Amino acid sequence: MNFSAMLSQIELKTAPADFRFPTTNQTRHCFTRYIEFHRCVAAKGEESNECERFAKYYRSLCPGEWIERWEEQRENGSFPGPL
Amino acid sequence: MIVLEWLFLTIAPCDAAEPWQLGFQDAATPMMQGIMDLHHDIFFFLILILVFVSRILVRALWHFHYKKNPIPQRIVHGTTIEILRTIFPSIILMFIAIPSFALLYSMDEVVVDPAITIKAIGHQWYRTYEYSDYNSSDEQSLTFDSYTIPEDDLELGQSRLLEVDNRVVVPAKTHLRIIVTPADVPHSWAVPSSGVKCDAVPGRLNQISISVQREGVYYGQCSEICGTNHAFMPIVVEAVPRKDYGSRVSNQLIPQTGEA
Repeated sequence: MNFSAMLSQIELKTAPADFRFPTTNQTRHCFTRYIEFHRCVAAKGEESNECERFAKYYRSLCPGEWIERWEEQRENGSFPGPL
Repeated sequence: MIVLEWLFLTIAPCDAAEPWQLGFQDAATPMMQGIMDLHHDIFFFLILILVFVSRILVRALWHFHYKKNPIPQRIVHGTTIEILRTIFPSIILMFIAIPSFALLYSMDEVVVDPAITIKAIGHQWYRTYEYSDYNSSDEQSLTFDSYTIPEDDLELGQSRLLEVDNRVVVPAKTHLRIIVTPADVPHSWAVPSSGVKCDAVPGRLNQISISVQREGVYYGQCSEICGTNHAFMPIVVEAVPRKDYGSRVSNQLIPQTGEA
């Protein structure tokens, strides 16, 4: 991938402000976006592109370490949320 | 010459703490400007009260003297003065409270959607920054650690205990969302010039939204005692023009994605 192609990819865009989480505490915002993505995948199937935006949101909001842990928990079936 | 040198050395960093500093650092965000304005507003009342109370106190001490005034007046009740000294302080308190609450709530408010999200993750004793807006998978494509530069490795002009190896690069005049969290013990992410001091609490994500108004390098330090090296995990934010931000980010992205 060359430099200019990379540069054009950089678009200043991130998870929007969510009226459900108007406070400083955004812990649930990240968690909810993660769940929303996996529910979306469960409902629409892996191939659907509609879920990609939820994935972008949770990746923007959640620390990488948390995502890794949740992925692990989902594999073990011990994920503490409604999927 | 010594005076000149002292002036130059103390004023040079501008957005970092300087020796014997008493005032604020220059504001870089509207939030910090608001904090400074509120401080000055309140100081007006503070000095007013200080002068008034000192005058009463000194006057009372001066006149309450067994030689000058052997039989002091003993007033225990006075309706007029009691009404006055109840209502007047309430009005002063109102003048302090209204701008204070206005600032407090406006600082918390997210008016527009942020353009980028940066995760500032505190560790014992360094910081990790994650830029994950450009990820297309769960693999972290732009994550880096920010360590302080040891005293022996400092170059001329660098500030001791304030300089880091990898700065956080942010675009200026852009709405930023910074997610503050630690991975071990409580830390804090504080940059005085931008008016931010946000505690990092384990298991919780704290959001701050700022918009840096001018390009520059801003220094801050950990503000929550987090262990032995609490003093050695500074924060350096580098605000670059918006058009340069893309190339700065992609420069850091290329080495990692290029291999894949």
